[in-house]
Amino acid sequence: MITLLFVFLLVCSFMCLYRISRGPTPADRVVGIDILGIIVVNFCAIVTFWRNVDFYMNIALSWALLSFIGTLAVSKFLEGKGFDE
Amino acid sequence: MRETLSLIFMFIGGLFNLFGCIGLVRLPDVYNRLQASTKCVTLGTCLTLFGIIISGPINASLKSLLCIIFILITAPTAAHALSRASIKSGVKLWEKSVINKLEEDKK
Amino acid sequence: MKKGILIILLYIAWIFLTWPFGKEIDWQILIAGLFISILSGFIFGEGFTESPHKFFGIKRYFWAIAYIPVLIFWCIVANLDVAYRVLHPNLPIRPGIVKVKTKLKSKSGLTALANSITLTPGTMSVEVDPEGYIYVHWIYVKTDDIEKATEIIVKRFEKILERIFE
Repeated sequence: MITLLFVFLLVCSFMCLYRISRGPTPADRVVGIDILGIIVVNFCAIVTFWRNVDFYMNIALSWALLSFIGTLAVSKFLEGKGFDE
Repeated sequence: MRETLSLIFMFIGGLFNLFGCIGLVRLPDVYNRLQASTKCVTLGTCLTLFGIIISGPINASLKSLLCIIFILITAPTAAHALSRASIKSGVKLWEKSVINKLEEDKK
Repeated sequence: MKKGILIILLYIAWIFLTWPFGKEIDWQILIAGLFISILSGFIFGEGFTESPHKFFGIKRYFWAIAYIPVLIFWCIVANLDVAYRVLHPNLPIRPGIVKVKTKLKSKSGLTALANSITLTPGTMSVEVDPEGYIYVHWIYVKTDDIEKATEIIVKRFEKILERIFE
């Protein structure tokens, strides 16, 4: 059952990588990177359940934070303005 | 019993993740892709973390509650920022789109 | 006042992150968290919120709890809708950007409304006009009239959000 969950998430990651490599505009690539960041949080949650240890949730929380901040910074850059506002 | 319940929740969450990523590959332009993937991946992640809340180490379940609240706030905000950035940087809508009020109001 | 509210919220988050269940309470961690939350509260307290008196209305918290099942229901409907559109072989989409208007004025209320619109069936907020208009990307446009689109998209959240944030 856990193997099936990992297979689902791996297929999701490869679809995101396809979109990152093929996206016609820069915005498409950034969408792929954003979704890939949330998929990594899923991986950490399933490893927590599988191994029954709790420190993987720390990685999940900080990964979600950093992925969000990175997406905001790149979208401000695409918008063509400065970083403050 | 509790482990079976949380495995069922994780399975449904993984299925929704898969639907979101299929949408990311199949749909035609940035805005449609952003819609499908953001909605499905947000709900899928919340269901997976809910499985941790049901059966898991107790420290991990409190942290995953915090993580659910955090993802419900930040994922739509990131989608909104990205769509606004792609409007500003001049990405066109799909050619079969029916209406674009934003472009009509800009003129 | 703003700084005090921010310090209390940060300290609650710190306790959620580091509470040692099943062991003895570690006083060093609690005191270090107190120092860190006071420091960051004094640094970032100015830009935190516009109207700190709204945190003391007890009724708002009950309306916020009542808002959670509504949001979860529409979120699940939205996901089934997206799954249907994605898995259908002909891709039944008809996208476009429409304009809706809202009565909410405060910044946090507008943010919550835009986030809720993004999580619900077929719609995603693209740009927010500060005069009370929101541009919404709709995956299957049913109408292009402002009033009708407002009736369909905004009305199901506006009543509860008005009681929480205004």
